[in-house]
Amino acid sequence: MKRVQFSHPLMPYMLLLPQLAIVGVFFLWPAAEAIRASFYLEDPFGFGSTFVGLDNFKDVVSASEYSRTAWFTLIFSAAVTFFSLSIALLLAVKADNVIKGASTYRTLLMWVYAIAPPVAGLVGVMLFDQHIGPLNDLAHALGWNMQIGVNYFDTAFAMTVIAVWKQIPINFIFFLSGLQSVPKSVQEAAAVDCRSSSRRFWTVTFPLLAPTSFFLLIINITYALFDTFGIIDLVLKGEPGNNPVTLVYKVFLDGFRGNDLGGSSAQSVILMILVFALTVVQFRMIERRVHYS
Amino acid sequence: MDRHCDGSGVNSASHVRFFQLSHWGATKMTLRKATGVATFAALAMSSTASFAATEINWWHAMGGRLGEVVNEISTKYNASQDACQLTPVYKGNYEETLTAGIAAFRAGEQPNILQVFDAGSATIIGAKGAVVPAEDLLKDAGVEFNIEDYIAGVRYFYADAAGKMIGMPFNSSTPILYYNVEALAKAGVEAPKTWEEFEAIAPKLKAAGYVPLAQSHLPWIFTENFMSRHNLPFATNNNGYDGAKGTKILVNNDAIKMHFTKVKGWLDAELFGYYGTGWGDNQKVFQDGSAAMWLGSSGSFGGLTKSTDFKFSATYLPHWASVSETGTNTFIGGAALFAMSGKPKGENDCVANFYSFLTSADMQYYWHQETGYVPITNAAYELATKDGYYDRVPAAEIGIKQLTLPGGENTKGYRMGFYVQVRDVMNREYGKIFSGEKSVDDAFQTIEDEANKLLARFAKTSN
Repeated sequence: MKRVQFSHPLMPYMLLLPQLAIVGVFFLWPAAEAIRASFYLEDPFGFGSTFVGLDNFKDVVSASEYSRTAWFTLIFSAAVTFFSLSIALLLAVKADNVIKGASTYRTLLMWVYAIAPPVAGLVGVMLFDQHIGPLNDLAHALGWNMQIGVNYFDTAFAMTVIAVWKQIPINFIFFLSGLQSVPKSVQEAAAVDCRSSSRRFWTVTFPLLAPTSFFLLIINITYALFDTFGIIDLVLKGEPGNNPVTLVYKVFLDGFRGNDLGGSSAQSVILMILVFALTVVQFRMIERRVHYS
Repeated sequence: MDRHCDGSGVNSASHVRFFQLSHWGATKMTLRKATGVATFAALAMSSTASFAATEINWWHAMGGRLGEVVNEISTKYNASQDACQLTPVYKGNYEETLTAGIAAFRAGEQPNILQVFDAGSATIIGAKGAVVPAEDLLKDAGVEFNIEDYIAGVRYFYADAAGKMIGMPFNSSTPILYYNVEALAKAGVEAPKTWEEFEAIAPKLKAAGYVPLAQSHLPWIFTENFMSRHNLPFATNNNGYDGAKGTKILVNNDAIKMHFTKVKGWLDAELFGYYGTGWGDNQKVFQDGSAAMWLGSSGSFGGLTKSTDFKFSATYLPHWASVSETGTNTFIGGAALFAMSGKPKGENDCVANFYSFLTSADMQYYWHQETGYVPITNAAYELATKDGYYDRVPAAEIGIKQLTLPGGENTKGYRMGFYVQVRDVMNREYGKIFSGEKSVDDAFQTIEDEANKLLARFAKTSN
């Protein structure tokens, strides 16, 4: 094994320092602070606090809404991840086959990606608006008495559609580049052996896309859990009411809107544990099945 | 035929390898959109500032037209004297402004004046030492202060248990009933004074093609002010004023459960429209003429005048004659100004100076006319009356008249901690009543349980 020699023994640590400092200041320190705060009930202004042990965790878990929020988060994340990946893959496969005017199609499909997330959220909210939204009118014309912000399911539906719509273009770009890196020779060899193009896709092309798919799976789960925050905030217009929220949004609601630092910290600690578990599962269980080269 | 379709034999495929991201846990927080505006405002202000003036800043939550009026008030104040220079900074909505103020206080960067809304008042008043009480601030600066100068409904809402004014009431409003004059004429009915009268006229309004009634804030209008309008106790410990310890909410009572049972009946019979927790979604149906009546804030008056093209007027928030024969005064809503502690005396004196400018009859009358918020002093109310404002626009007087109606022991106000979450619980449970997910009894039981849990938690924060 080749060893890199540094002129000074401290040199490698010096080089690592900036990165370690960033991790420490922006991740480890806040995480430690959250863990500490989760055991206290603290005055928001910082004048007083009471050590309450595990009470914050008990209060969080025993609240009637917490399990509903957790279930919604799970279903919402699964739906957003599944639909944004599958629709993007379908579009990418179809766009990959187009020869005439290919760049026009691709540009049109990537179009939404150029819109900033808050703007996309706003556009989505306006499309679903109870009073002026065309999608709302369409639903009513089809006999669906859609009321975003009043009906729990309708609001969840709108959030999912907007979140999927915003995420399709980036998935599309990655899938398309993945598809284009599948060597022509492999495709031709498979075509000689197998006439069914759909079977060829699932048995040859799709496994070759596995690294791309795995990467996108992680990106999309992260997106659905964390980055949909802005969309949820816009759909709810700042007032949760009887509407679905995700666990991350609830941390924000209780901590930033309600100034309940202890309860909010307890929730973020629970979330940290969940994310840690999810990461282990993803990299230990799923990545093993991914064939890189 | 289909053998070899499993991809075996395919061995070399070059791929871009993607690496795992170190994305985990990086929750993204929305950036303060106000920063740019604030910087600009600060620059614009400093260019006109005279030398050696003491600079004070004011964080507020007044957007849109209200924000413009706040800026005009500040400009007028700065032009009125040379010693102090006031800079107003818009910090987002009420919740965002309070959170920004708290974060700044903990970092030692607090503004001189922070605007805090009704539901947040327990948080800031409960934090002993976070603010200089308005009364002390004015007295220390040698400004005359008499709490009797303030109108009755406003006087004690932001005061402590002993009656000392902590927050200076600023934008003060109360829920009132707006009605579309043409719609009521078309249906041949008069605006209701009681809910019994509403039940009698609502079918006629529906028959005339209108949604009879909408409202914009269930916790504020149908809960807090329901209690006040009927002189019902809202919480133990003197509605919470006597301290956070042991305070329990008294929301689970027969009168309000009867009210919500009725409202759910009206909703099902299409005599009442509910469009979610968004204020604007519910106001919109009145503005576009599809709802005949709307319960909103007296502070909505200015905006409605600009956004409607039909004749509208206003009257008192209806009450149940069966619960309270005459009805009592309502609470104020809106927000107050809090002078943050830890500032030098010179700056505090400037804040006191600004308070006396702001509460002068002329400024209050100007604010009242521009926004529809009530004037907070008797002198300003008299000035508006003398000027004939209410003869020209009778609806503008409804809010202040309702606040000065005879009251009772439960109509002074309420003080509860973690109240933003309590309101969120109410909104959620009311949504469940309206969607039929829960019975009125179950919903109020949940509100009582969860609110009391939050109140008990809050009491522990101030140890």
